[in-house]
Amino acid sequence: MSQRVNLGYYPGCSLHGSSDDYQQSLTACFGALGASFKELDDWICCGATAAHMLNRKLSIALPARNLALAAQQGCDELVAPCSMCSMQLKKAQRAMAMDAALAEEIGIIVEAKPGGTRVLNLLQAFDRVGMETIKAAVKEPLKDLKVACYYGCLLTRPPEVVEFDDCEQPESMEKIVAALGATPVKWNYKTECCGAGMTLANEEAVLELSRMILADAAAHEAQCIAVACPMCHVNLDMKQSAVEARYKTRYDMTIYYLCDLVGLALGLTPKALGIDRHFVGRKA
Amino acid sequence: MNATMQGNSILQLESLAGTKFADCYQCGKCTAGCPRSAHMDKTPHQLIRMVQLGHVEAALKAGAIWQCVSCETCTTRCPKRVDCAAVMDALRQVSYERGVTSKQQAAVVLFQKAFLDSVRRNGRMNEIEMIVQYKLEGFAAIRRLGFLLNGAMLAPRMQMHKKLHIVGEKVRDRGVVRRIFARCMDGTE
Repeated sequence: MSQRVNLGYYPGCSLHGSSDDYQQSLTACFGALGASFKELDDWICCGATAAHMLNRKLSIALPARNLALAAQQGCDELVAPCSMCSMQLKKAQRAMAMDAALAEEIGIIVEAKPGGTRVLNLLQAFDRVGMETIKAAVKEPLKDLKVACYYGCLLTRPPEVVEFDDCEQPESMEKIVAALGATPVKWNYKTECCGAGMTLANEEAVLELSRMILADAAAHEAQCIAVACPMCHVNLDMKQSAVEARYKTRYDMTIYYLCDLVGLALGLTPKALGIDRHFVGRKA
Repeated sequence: MNATMQGNSILQLESLAGTKFADCYQCGKCTAGCPRSAHMDKTPHQLIRMVQLGHVEAALKAGAIWQCVSCETCTTRCPKRVDCAAVMDALRQVSYERGVTSKQQAAVVLFQKAFLDSVRRNGRMNEIEMIVQYKLEGFAAIRRLGFLLNGAMLAPRMQMHKKLHIVGEKVRDRGVVRRIFARCMDGTE
């Protein structure tokens, strides 16, 4: 195996809360790939939807504080596996890069100087490990598994902020899934939004949006959906029975974090990856 | 609202959103791609038109701004690079600060407030603490038992899947978190 990859790690509140099955999967999967994560010491919440909805300055300051901690701790590359966190970190970076007066004001507010740490989403973290390393590590190819690769909203949007893949027709997740021996399906809802952090605030919106995603994946004969965001997983997995009850239908669609599928192909057990903690049972 | 106040409001919204309302030529692409437009009393391009015409107060009171799920599709697709998602945020912030939000939208606002209150106290969002505050304040505002009980059945299932964490995390340097919040939200320090 090629040389060890050391990356900084910003879990965000979800991965230390009800989505800690995602963290369990990440740690096991990247560990098996020879990459290690060093958690950012004393990180704070990125502010998520709540901050950008109610106070713009706070929505820049909270991520900026974390970027400053990363700089202080000598972290050049920071993996933020939640799409909301990674987008907010990158958005704050861009806002400060484009407005020197704002950058100075934010520096005073957060009592430190945010640095130019490179923020990586889950797919970029896999990219950092390298496709060849992943391919070489596959022990149990996921033959015959049809996967709908779901990017959701903030992995590719807004494009000038996240600077990642094609914002309307991304393919990076399909490439990884194909490298595992599985079959990515062609479908229409891979960049539609699931309602993200509105699960509690506007449940009706989340149920409607998630239903369309589940229905389209099923219509294209996917056996499971792969996600790269804790909120996508909550809405499609934990809320799936609520969607089924609301629309009087049944999907029984397994929702995997992308690292679950990589981990399974590497020969890790579902239990080691935390897959047994999902609400909807597994298919792979 | 007189003309000067209207002008100031538009400038405030433009400054918050980092975008120019006059750039919008009303093609409606934002509305066409919006996954929530069917549930909005005013669609995204209509909201922008209202601000262009100086009807700021009406835009701030629109229920639509609280239906937006911030998926950034509108911003991504705008041919004039109007940051429509940021316009939604700007309208929400000013609506919240002026307290003109309609009662029907109370739940969305109270959720975001409960989220920020939890972060302000702990440095990180504590799910249980946040949900308790949201449910109690929401019930006081909405006065429907269904609101209080909705989703309660998820708790035992979450417990079964080891997804319920009773004790939340706190960061060590909570002082700096409190100061950041005070400087951004209260305009103090």
